[in-house]
Amino acid sequence: MSGIWLALIGGLVFFLGYRYYSKFIAEKIYRLDPNYTTPAHQYKDGVDFVPTNKFVLWGHHFTSVAGAAPIVGPAIAVYWGWLPAILWVLLGTVFAAGVHDFGTLVLSVRNKGQSVGTLASKLIGQRAKILFLFIILLLVLMVNAVFAWVIANLFISFPASVLSVFIQIPLAIWIGYSVYKRKGSMLLPSLVALAVMYLAAIVASYVPALQIDLVKYFGGEGATALFGMSATSAAFLVWIIVLMVYVYIASTLPVWKLLQPRDYINSHQLIVGLGILYLGLLLTNPEITAPVTNGQANDVSWFPLLFITIACGAISGFHGLVSSGTSSKQLDKETDARFVGYLGSVGEGALALIAIIAVVTFFPTAGEFTATYSGFTAASGAGLGVFIQGAAQLATGLGIPASVAATIVSVIVVSFAATTLDSSVRLMRYIIAELGTEYNVKPITKTHVATTIAVVSSAALTLIPQGPKGFGSGGYLLWPLFGTSNQLLAGISLLLVSIWLKRNGRNYLPTIIPMVFVMFMTLWAMISQVFTQWAPWTETSDWLLFSFGAIILIFTLWILLTAFSAIAMNKKDSIERSA
Amino acid sequence: MTDKKFSLKRLFELYDEVLSLPHKNEVARELRDEDDLFLLLVYSDMLGIPNPAFYYTLELYPYIIEKFHDWHLRMGMEKSPLDGIRCC
Repeated sequence: MSGIWLALIGGLVFFLGYRYYSKFIAEKIYRLDPNYTTPAHQYKDGVDFVPTNKFVLWGHHFTSVAGAAPIVGPAIAVYWGWLPAILWVLLGTVFAAGVHDFGTLVLSVRNKGQSVGTLASKLIGQRAKILFLFIILLLVLMVNAVFAWVIANLFISFPASVLSVFIQIPLAIWIGYSVYKRKGSMLLPSLVALAVMYLAAIVASYVPALQIDLVKYFGGEGATALFGMSATSAAFLVWIIVLMVYVYIASTLPVWKLLQPRDYINSHQLIVGLGILYLGLLLTNPEITAPVTNGQANDVSWFPLLFITIACGAISGFHGLVSSGTSSKQLDKETDARFVGYLGSVGEGALALIAIIAVVTFFPTAGEFTATYSGFTAASGAGLGVFIQGAAQLATGLGIPASVAATIVSVIVVSFAATTLDSSVRLMRYIIAELGTEYNVKPITKTHVATTIAVVSSAALTLIPQGPKGFGSGGYLLWPLFGTSNQLLAGISLLLVSIWLKRNGRNYLPTIIPMVFVMFMTLWAMISQVFTQWAPWTETSDWLLFSFGAIILIFTLWILLTAFSAIAMNKKDSIERSA
Repeated sequence: MTDKKFSLKRLFELYDEVLSLPHKNEVARELRDEDDLFLLLVYSDMLGIPNPAFYYTLELYPYIIEKFHDWHLRMGMEKSPLDGIRCC
């Protein structure tokens, strides 16, 4: 079967979901009112609250939520075969992610553009807000550790990409300053920056001297390097230290200096990447060689682990933070929420879809697929590398040599991961400071103290898991924990939307059903991992994963109990009733 | 957008708007912070902080008085802190 069929079926499901299901949700459930005065108009200040054209806002929303996570998760999850992965990406996007992103946007718009954390406090109580903050703290900690590993891993596997990624930093600072001082357009300078980066990638692909290959510098794979560590371990250590120094600086600078101009360049990369992959798919017309379902995947059951492995590819709690954090303050008309929120999640689903297609069409035979994806741990370690090679294979359809394409795709993935890492460390700093204010611990409310805690804890978490290549190479082991905290956050946000609907006397089944499904699958997956895989009494015990898994479980059960007791008591709230 | 005729130029403009939206907001925030500091300097003498250039800043009052209400709200003062200016 051709990979194009998967893209066509996926496109059709997304189209039907948007055309019919989101219309039903907009009209019958959320009851959008075109005459409602949105926060963008009510509190218009030209900075945070700005009425924005729906196409522009959708583009911004999509580029904010799309990153490396919807690529990494599906690339691992095809371990169980392509059918389960495709089904969850399509159905999850249409019935869970779309409703979630759309719902959190509407909920925030109906409540002065407040964030989901503040709304949790209003709907459930002050304790819920603190628990919510702790869950987000754990989520961003996992994001930092996993994405630091992703970048270090790609720098080691694709050393030709390093130069382009580092060139991007001064270019972004230059763009940020020139726009700030001259107030000009960023379009041309950012396109020039992109061209310089890709030129560097092309040159570095052919000139080994420009490939910053730390493993080679340390004597090659198998050699002993610093402090008796293997060359690969030493390379991981150096890259993780470099990354952490970088994110410390990047996350304490004003966002307009580095983060946003780099986001701007990355948005081009997202468009370029999606364009190359879908066009390459059309021109190469590759056959799917991976099995429909992998009968040899017996070590870890797909049910329910698939749902936390795909993570952002189907539904993501992070989107609720974007919906309620920025997009809700810029919505021109309430009816635009359907286009911005629902279609934003469809964009993320399209990225996950092409990631699956790139992986399942890469191998010449099913045997080679099962040899690489020989176990869940092997799949977790290899998934991202396979995606890059699969994407490079699709790009050859456009006449791009495979080695150059692999370098460019790895530059794109590293750029996404670096932006996520940068924003995530910044967010972690804010949360630590907020918790410091809440519990009156003044030292941790200081920027540099909070950033140091964020960076040191993230670096430690990245380095502790042991992979097959030694120290620092096992960051992928944290992926299920990242998936879990992300899915739980989405479940809690759906619960908030459901409570709001219930209190307004509306039908809340379209939000409570995906909420129960996501929560149940995630909790089940986490409980089974914590107690049957990571616990000290099991053969594969891992105290680090066990501790974090147990903490996430306790926080989640606590917040759920608090929420259900609030519902049972029919707690009076200050939420605006809009029925 | 819908009332404008589709063209390649319009498409590029829209694309630029999408990508520069968050950046424009941040630059506006940074410029507003600079303005806020400037307003504090201008109003400093009235707030009890000696300002040797106070006499010269009087000339600016007609221009900045319109911004005064939003400024004191952003500074965390619900009511006007100055007896001479009763904006709210």
